[in-house]
Amino acid sequence: MSDLLYMVLVAPFKDMAGSPAFLVEVLIGGVFAGLMYSLVALGFVLIYKASGVFNFAQGVMVLFAALTLVGLLERGAPVVVALALTAAVMVGLAYAIERVVLRPLVNQPQIILFMATIGLNFFLEGFGEMAWGANVKKLDIGIPDRSFIVRGVQINELELTAAVTAAVLVTLLALFFQTTRIGLALRAVADDHEAALSIGIPLKTIWVVVWSVAGVVAIVAGLMWGAKSGVQFSLSLIALKALPVLILGGFESVPGAIVGGLIIGVGEKLGEVYWGPLVGGAIENWFAYVLALAFLLVRPQGLFGEKIIERV
Amino acid sequence: MIYREAGQFKTSYASDQAVFPIVQDRVFVLAAVVAAFVVPPLVAGDYWLQAILIPFLIYALAAIGLNLLTGYAGQLSLGTGGFMAVGAYSAFKLTTAFPRLSIIAVFLLSGLAAAAIGLLFGIPSLRIKGFYLAVATLAAQFFLIWLFNKVAWFTNYASSGTITAPDRTVLGVTVTGPNATAAARYVMALAFVAVFALVAKNLVRGRIGRSWMAIRDRDIAAEIIGVRPLRTKLLAFGISSFYCGVAGAELVFLYLGSAETLAFDINQSFLVLFMVIIGGLGSILGSWLGAAFIILLPIFLTRLPHGLGLTMSVALQKQIELMIFGGLILFFLIVEPHGLARLWQIGKEKLRLWPFPH
Amino acid sequence: MTLRVTLRAVLVGILALTVVAGPSVARVQAAGEIFIPLLVYRTGPYAPNGIPIANGASDYFTLVNERDGGINTVKIAFEECEDQYDTKQGVECYERLKAKNPVLVNPYSTGITYQLIPKAPIDKIVVHSMGYGMTASADGRWFPWVFNFPMTYWSQASAFVKYVAQQEGGMDKLKGKKIAHIYHNSPYGKEANPTLEDLARRHAFELTLLAVDHPGQEQKATWLQIRRLNPDWIYISGWGVMNQVAVKEAGATGVKMDRVVGNWWTGTETDVIPAGDAAKGYKSMSFTAPGAEFKVHQDIFKHVYDKGKGAYGNDRAKVGEVLYNRMVVNAMLNVEAIRTAMTKYGNKPLTGEQVRWGFENLNVTDKRLEELGMKGMMRPLRVTCENHEGNGLAFVQQWDGKKWNVVSDWIEPIRDVVRPKLEAEAVVEAKKLNYTMRDCAKEK
Repeated sequence: MSDLLYMVLVAPFKDMAGSPAFLVEVLIGGVFAGLMYSLVALGFVLIYKASGVFNFAQGVMVLFAALTLVGLLERGAPVVVALALTAAVMVGLAYAIERVVLRPLVNQPQIILFMATIGLNFFLEGFGEMAWGANVKKLDIGIPDRSFIVRGVQINELELTAAVTAAVLVTLLALFFQTTRIGLALRAVADDHEAALSIGIPLKTIWVVVWSVAGVVAIVAGLMWGAKSGVQFSLSLIALKALPVLILGGFESVPGAIVGGLIIGVGEKLGEVYWGPLVGGAIENWFAYVLALAFLLVRPQGLFGEKIIERV
Repeated sequence: MIYREAGQFKTSYASDQAVFPIVQDRVFVLAAVVAAFVVPPLVAGDYWLQAILIPFLIYALAAIGLNLLTGYAGQLSLGTGGFMAVGAYSAFKLTTAFPRLSIIAVFLLSGLAAAAIGLLFGIPSLRIKGFYLAVATLAAQFFLIWLFNKVAWFTNYASSGTITAPDRTVLGVTVTGPNATAAARYVMALAFVAVFALVAKNLVRGRIGRSWMAIRDRDIAAEIIGVRPLRTKLLAFGISSFYCGVAGAELVFLYLGSAETLAFDINQSFLVLFMVIIGGLGSILGSWLGAAFIILLPIFLTRLPHGLGLTMSVALQKQIELMIFGGLILFFLIVEPHGLARLWQIGKEKLRLWPFPH
Repeated sequence: MTLRVTLRAVLVGILALTVVAGPSVARVQAAGEIFIPLLVYRTGPYAPNGIPIANGASDYFTLVNERDGGINTVKIAFEECEDQYDTKQGVECYERLKAKNPVLVNPYSTGITYQLIPKAPIDKIVVHSMGYGMTASADGRWFPWVFNFPMTYWSQASAFVKYVAQQEGGMDKLKGKKIAHIYHNSPYGKEANPTLEDLARRHAFELTLLAVDHPGQEQKATWLQIRRLNPDWIYISGWGVMNQVAVKEAGATGVKMDRVVGNWWTGTETDVIPAGDAAKGYKSMSFTAPGAEFKVHQDIFKHVYDKGKGAYGNDRAKVGEVLYNRMVVNAMLNVEAIRTAMTKYGNKPLTGEQVRWGFENLNVTDKRLEELGMKGMMRPLRVTCENHEGNGLAFVQQWDGKKWNVVSDWIEPIRDVVRPKLEAEAVVEAKKLNYTMRDCAKEK
């Protein structure tokens, strides 16, 4: 028994202390992974914040954006043009979603809207594959997936770029929501559709704006993740990895997505590297969720989520 | 004209409180149940039984379970796959450890095991609500799958890592295992789901169901009038997991024959949730209809090109199938957001008046 | 209001149609043909691997029909059914296509294989799980209807260790070396572990097992541990996106790619594409040679593609890819097994029982391989009643940035370690299904 306690409570820490350079690598790896998750979580947060919809199709949107981008690049479009065109496609998609999904279902309970995004998920899955094919596509964004050593710690160039991009994106978005009129309108809409309508906020425009922004975020997420594993169907499964980030950070908080991502990323990696071998490894998946669950027990709306005032 | 309640008077509380108060309903359902037991085993081919009816019955059971939790008690759960896995693996362990134990008892016990686990993972529901709870139940889902993958004891140290249903008999007829006929397995599944559906229907009409619905609608008000949230929510998790556990055991023993943990992964959870939402939250009939929709529609869509005489590559077929499936879900939600059960209800009300317009 | 009503009516109509018209009867196949179902996955997460496999089968069967007029004048009828690598859909495909009297099936998914193994003797359909599926089914005395020639995972693991020993200078040089096995956290991924552990004990090398959670999109933690461990050799048992990410991470972490060896499902063109140049030097096991230079490919171009029936259409460059060739070999073995059965039962559409005999008495000689235009693509193979694994050999191939090249000789697995374990496992698996052991001597 004491052996077990030693192995769980003492040995991993000794291990960490024993090779601090490696510990730093694990932490950095965790930070980078977490930021990559945040990129995906951001899309969820944006849409939830502004339309109150939990967008099940976010993962597929990331895939779709990446597929469109790679498809255009393969057909010889220069990078800037391809990016612009993909952004246009995502805006078009946002229009279509607003018209077909959101407008008819305005003010329905959350679960119905959630189900609608599930329908959207299947539709985009089939459509994306039909339009661009099911093969793995290489995505080269010009940044080599190489590592360089800084003071004995290995840092990956691609991941560093992704981390910086995520940080910049989040800062921009946070500023957008806090300081601009549209940002304020978005928050109003998230609170109550009908009330927002009644004071004259153009719901349709807001929704198109927010889904477009989420679409652009999806492009960035698709870029980073696609560069790591090639653009293929499994990209849509990253959404599952982003969910613990969401619940930890809170569904409506942009800084929450980052902080949540960092906590989950670092926690996951530390858990897997130092405690994983005790139980045979591959604990990352559930560890992230259990970590998020632990935080939720303390703050049921996530770290930065809006506290729900419940009335009788 | 046919569906008239005029002239049907209830003379006792019991008849007033019957599950199917209208005589036509009762007759119809009874006839349907009898027909279900008798007709398919005689008439339907192996393909119908094996690939369509048996999974439909099993998923209907799981959908009823999830509907109790999500539709009636309002606790959104995405751990269905995990609870089904618990049922399947405990059934496997029980029947290999006690080969003489009747398979019916094995299923029930495995349901209890799943209920225990469900209770455990339902504890966070006291603190966490809504979509947060859903994602928290994913912790249960992923952990349970990892557990069954990791601990070889669950598969009796099989190096293949799969559990296989052995031959077991009920009343002399082999119902599980490779030698069981599709008809025998079908009858077994039907018996289970018919009984459990009846139990569920009575549960939701009674005190327990009402306390669930109270918690779902206004939990603080419910607490004030004396409904105990801890007990009610945990009971919901427990009973729902029981149903899902039995469905999981049936999935391996009556349908697949053998399974690895991949059969219970997150896609299962989503699948059952879709059935519940499409069928109608808070409706037992809805669970049946949703299961039928989700099981039958993809098969229909796969057959459609053949039927229309079109030849296209299987890949394109599958992709269009996905698009149509998603499109139908959307179309359907716009037309009737409350699910198939509501459609049925509207239909029944129209039937009451037919052929008169109002 | 009326629109709503109409929409509702339409919806009810669709639902009714679904129930009524759902599963209709399948088409009946033409007489004088032998039917082979193709369970494929051209969509979904494993499509990048499923497409070359599906195309290889389609092309080879078409070739036999076009070039040879069928197998001894009996044409092959084949039909694809999309299962997205999902076990339930695979079983549904199988049940649906059963109506056409198939004689054999290549499930190409371990999950589906496990479902079909118990059904095989009852439905009388041979299950050919070439290089995957249930390793224990190689013991034909317990599993007469299941064949996994020319090699199983356990044999492959031992061949890998032998290759490492060859590279290090001998089996005795393995002592003290560090080998890591990165595997998909599923029964498939774990297949090699018992054999590797056994060999680690015998030859005193340090084995580290690292599981990667499905689907394997995020492997940072695994490769950090690799970096710390600094193993001499890495063996990867992956599938799907795990492969691409593993190769990429290997490159990013800076391990020596020529010390990284994937198993035969972890070494295809798809796996190395995303990593680009960093994947150069990556190795993998195989038992079918890559490349389109064999005579059979020329036949395929001439008789199939030139006639416009090629599965790849105009994209001939893809003919000869690793998985394409693997399936061509698989299809060839199916055809040769049927041909073998015809020597006993005559040149007519055979039953599953007869084809099973053909599988069990399959003897593909060097001469026959040359006649087929596949000399060097595969080794000669002989299947017996006891040994459904055949006596296949593996080799190691390496990616040079543009294509896969064979870089080793044919390696014999360490059969005296693998076979006893296999036989023990077969007893366990067969007991679950209540099988009795055949006496092969009596059946001769």
